[in-house]
Amino acid sequence: MNGPELLARFTAALLPLVCAPALLGIINRTKAVFAGRVGAPLLQPYYDIFKLLRKGAVYSGTTTWVLRAGPVIGVATTLVALACLPLAGLPAPLSFAGDFILVAYLLGLGRFMTINAALDTGSAFCGMGASREAQFGALAEPALLLALAGLAWLTGQWSLSGIYAALSYETWSVAAPALGLITVTLLAVLLTENSRIPVDDPNTHLELTMIHEVMVLDHSGPDFALVEYGAALKLWLTGVLLTGVAVPALTGNPWVNMLLALAALFALAVAIGCIESMMARLRLHKVPQFIAGAGALAAMALLLALEH
Amino acid sequence: MNLLLAALAVLTAGGVLAALCGRRSSWAAALGAGGAMLGGVTGAAGALAGLGRTMPEIIDGGAQLLWGHAVLYLDPLAALFALPVCGLGALTALYGVGYLRHHHVHYHGAVWLWFNLLVAAMLSVFLARDSFLFLTAWEVMTVTSFLLVMSGGERGAWRAGWTYLIATHIGTAFLIAMFLLLGDGQTGFSSFAAGDRAGLLFVFALVGFGTKAGLLPVHVWLPEAHPAAPSHVSALMSGVMIKTGIYGLLRLLTFLGTPAGWWGWLLIGLGLATGLYGIVQALAQHDLKRLLAYSSVENVGIITLALGLGVLGWSTGNTAVMALGLAGALLHTLNHALFKGLLFLGAGVIAQATGTRDLDRMGGLLKRMPWTGTCVLIGAAAIAGLPPFNGFAGEFLIYFAALLRGGTTGAVAIAGLALIGGLAAAAFAQLFGIVFLGEARSSEARDALDAGFALRLPLAVLAAGCVLVGLAGPLTLWLMVPVITTVTGTAPHLLFPVLAAPSSSLTMIVLAIAGLMLLAGALAWCVRRLLARRAVRVGLTWDCGYARPDARMQYTASSFAQPLTALFAGLVRLRRRGNDPAGLFPATASLATEPHDPCRDGLFVPLFGWVARGMAWLFWVQQGRVQYYILYIVVTLGVLLLWKL
Repeated sequence: MNGPELLARFTAALLPLVCAPALLGIINRTKAVFAGRVGAPLLQPYYDIFKLLRKGAVYSGTTTWVLRAGPVIGVATTLVALACLPLAGLPAPLSFAGDFILVAYLLGLGRFMTINAALDTGSAFCGMGASREAQFGALAEPALLLALAGLAWLTGQWSLSGIYAALSYETWSVAAPALGLITVTLLAVLLTENSRIPVDDPNTHLELTMIHEVMVLDHSGPDFALVEYGAALKLWLTGVLLTGVAVPALTGNPWVNMLLALAALFALAVAIGCIESMMARLRLHKVPQFIAGAGALAAMALLLALEH
Repeated sequence: MNLLLAALAVLTAGGVLAALCGRRSSWAAALGAGGAMLGGVTGAAGALAGLGRTMPEIIDGGAQLLWGHAVLYLDPLAALFALPVCGLGALTALYGVGYLRHHHVHYHGAVWLWFNLLVAAMLSVFLARDSFLFLTAWEVMTVTSFLLVMSGGERGAWRAGWTYLIATHIGTAFLIAMFLLLGDGQTGFSSFAAGDRAGLLFVFALVGFGTKAGLLPVHVWLPEAHPAAPSHVSALMSGVMIKTGIYGLLRLLTFLGTPAGWWGWLLIGLGLATGLYGIVQALAQHDLKRLLAYSSVENVGIITLALGLGVLGWSTGNTAVMALGLAGALLHTLNHALFKGLLFLGAGVIAQATGTRDLDRMGGLLKRMPWTGTCVLIGAAAIAGLPPFNGFAGEFLIYFAALLRGGTTGAVAIAGLALIGGLAAAAFAQLFGIVFLGEARSSEARDALDAGFALRLPLAVLAAGCVLVGLAGPLTLWLMVPVITTVTGTAPHLLFPVLAAPSSSLTMIVLAIAGLMLLAGALAWCVRRLLARRAVRVGLTWDCGYARPDARMQYTASSFAQPLTALFAGLVRLRRRGNDPAGLFPATASLATEPHDPCRDGLFVPLFGWVARGMAWLFWVQQGRVQYYILYIVVTLGVLLLWKL
C-alpha cells in the first residue's frame, strides 16, 4: 500500500468523526427553507455539541450508572461499526467476512443500552419511548440484515468493504430492480434507525408522541453531547450504507470518489429534509407496517437477485 | 473417562449420604452439595480431557443389565455435552446451599439426593452406549427432575409436575419405539443400522427428543415445570437438561448416515417457529421465571434452526454449511447453559429478596442489589446475542452458515434469526429494565437486600464465563471440530479449510470487541473528567413538570411489551380482566392481563379432554368391589395361559 492511498484511507476513516454532525445541520436547514424560515446555521449541531460539552450535568435521583453508560455505549458501538464501513470504494480499517452482521448487532447493543438508560429514569414517558424503540428496532433488524445479505449475494462478497467495492454502475445495469428495492429498504431502515419522519418526529414538542427524543430527556451536559454526536454518527453510518449502493464509486481517483460520496451524503440529507417537510409522521400502529413493508421489499429484492 | 466414572460415583454417594441425614438440613446440604461440587469438578476435568479424543474411549462393564449391557463410552460429542452439565451442576449445587437455607423444604436430604441423581443421570445419558442404559438414565433424569419440581413448594407445582411427567413420557414412548426399530433386537449402539427406515426413525426422534428439548408444539410442559422448581434446579433444567434432547438428535444422526434434505427443512421450519413463538410468549409474561422458561423455548428454536442448516448442508454435500451450522448449534447450546443458568440463578436471588416473581412488583433493584444486577445485565445482553458477550459468537456462526447456504433457505433463516434476535433484545431489555431500573413498585422491592456469598459466586462465575467465551473467538470454533467429525464422520482435514474464513472473522470480532471496550472505557473516563470540576446536581426525573412522580406511574412490563404482543396477537393470547373507567368522573378502574399459550389452550387441553371423555366408558370397570378385581386377575391369568399354550 503506497503513501497516498494510505492517506486517502486514513482521511476516509476520520471523515465521519468530523463531518457527521453537518448532516443534521443540512437536514434542519432544508426544513427551514421549506418552511420559509432562515433557519439555524449549518454548523449549529457542532455549536450545540461543544456547548453541551462545556456544561455541568443534572442527574435524576432515580438513576444509576446505567443512565450514564447509555450514551457512552451508544457512541462506542457506532464508532466500532463505522470502523467496518467503507467509504467511496476505499476499504474500511476493519474488514472481514460477515462484518455487516457485527455492524447490525452493534447497533442493536447501542439500542439495548439506550432503552435501559431510558427505563433507568423511571418516567412513564421514557418507558413509552423505550417500548416503541424496542418494537421498531426489533422489526428494523431483519430488514437491514436482509438488505445487506442481498447485497452480499449479489456481489459474491462477504464483507462490507468487498461488497461496496464490487458495486458499480455495471452491477446496476445487470441487477437494477434488486438494487433499487434494496436502496428503498435501506432508506426505510435509515429513517427508522435515526428516528426521522415518518417513523418519529425529531421536532415534536409533546412527550407523548416522541420516541427517541423522549428516551434521552433526562440526559444533560456531556452525556447529552454524546447522545447528539452518537445520533449524528448513526445517521452517517446508515447514510453511507444507502449512498454506497445508490451512488457507487465512479472514478479511479480515491479523492474524487470521496468528494462524490460526501456530495451524495449531503444530497441524502437534503432529501431527508424534503421528506420531513412534505410528510407527516405515520400513526404509531402504522409504523410496524412501514418497517415490515421495507423488509418485504428486501425479500423481493432477494428473489430477484436469486434469479441471477 | 475414569474421571467421569469417579464423578458419577461421588455424585451418587453424596446424594445417598445426604438422604440419610433426613431433616438435618445443614448436614444434608454439606454432603449433598459437597458431593455435587466434587463430582462436578471431577467430571468437568474428565469431559475436558475427552473433548480432543479422536477415538472414543469405551468401557465395557461386561455385565448384562436386564435387557441391555453396561457399556459406557466417551467421545467428543458426549464430552461437549457433559462439560456444561458438570460445570453448571457444581455451580448450582453451591447456589443451592445458600438458596435452600431460606427456602421452605421439608426434607433437605431428599432434595439433595434427587439433585445429585439428576446430575448423575444426565451424565449417564451422554455416556451410555446401550439403548437400555440410555433409556434407564433418561427415565431417572425425568423422575428426579419431576420430584424436584414437586419439591419447589410453589403454587401450581402439582399441575406443572404432572404436565411435565405426562409430556415427557409421551416423548419417551416415541424414543422406545425408535430404539426398538433402530436396534432390531439389539441394544448396543454399535449394532445400530438405520437401513431404509431412516426417515421414520428421524421423525420418531424428533417427537421424542423434541419433547424434552421443548420444540413447538410439545413445549407446553416447559413453561409450567421450569418456573415451579427451586431456582437452582430451574437453572439446571433450562440450562442443560433440555439439551439432552439436542444431544439425542445429534447422537441419532450419527447412526443414520447421510441425512435427507427434508430433515434439514423440517428442522429449520420447526426451529424458526419455536424461536419466534417462544420469544413472543416470553415478551408477554410478567412472571420472571416463566419469561425465562419461554426464552429457553426460543433458544432451543435457534439451536434447532442451526442444526437444520447443518443437516441441510450435510445432505447437499456442502461441508462449509454443514460444519458452520453444527458448530453454531453446539456453541449456542454451550452458551445457553452459561447465560440461562446465570439468569435463572439471578431470578432465584431476586425472587428470594422480594418475595415475588411478578415483574410488575419490582423495580429499582440495581441500587439495592448491585452484584446481582450487573450479572443479570451481562446475562441479558448475552442471551439477546449482543456483542461483546458469548451469545453473539454463536449467532454469528449461524448467520454465516445461512449466508453460505444462500438461496431462499438462507434468506428465511437470516430474516427469522434477526427477528428473533431483535425480539429477544426487547424482551431482555424489558426484564432488566423493569426489574432493576426505575423506582421500586412495591415495599418488598424497596427493602430488598443483595444475596450472600454462596449465591453471588455462581452468578459471578457464570457472568465471567459469558464474557470469556465472547472473547475466546476462534477457539470456540476449533473446539467443535472433533465433535463435528464425530457426528458427521467428516475428517478434520476437510473441515479446517472451510472453517478458516469464519475463524478469521471471529478473530477480527474479538479485535472489534476489544476496541469497543477500550473506546467505551475512554469515553466514560472523558465524561468523568469533564464533569470533575463542574456542578453536578441531583434532581427529579422530568415528568412534564409534574414534581411528584409516583412509582405506579412508571411503565410496567405489560405496558412495555404491549405494542409487540399486539403485533403478534396470533402467537399469544392475552386475557383481560378488570373494569374500565365509566362515567364522567370514574372513581375506580382496574386492568389485569394474563398471557395464555394457544398451543396449550387450543391444542392440548381439548386433546386431553377428548381423551378423558373417551376413557369415560371404562369407568364401569372400576367397581370398588374386591370380588370384581379378583375376577379381573383370574381372567387375565387365564387369557395369558391360553395365549402361551
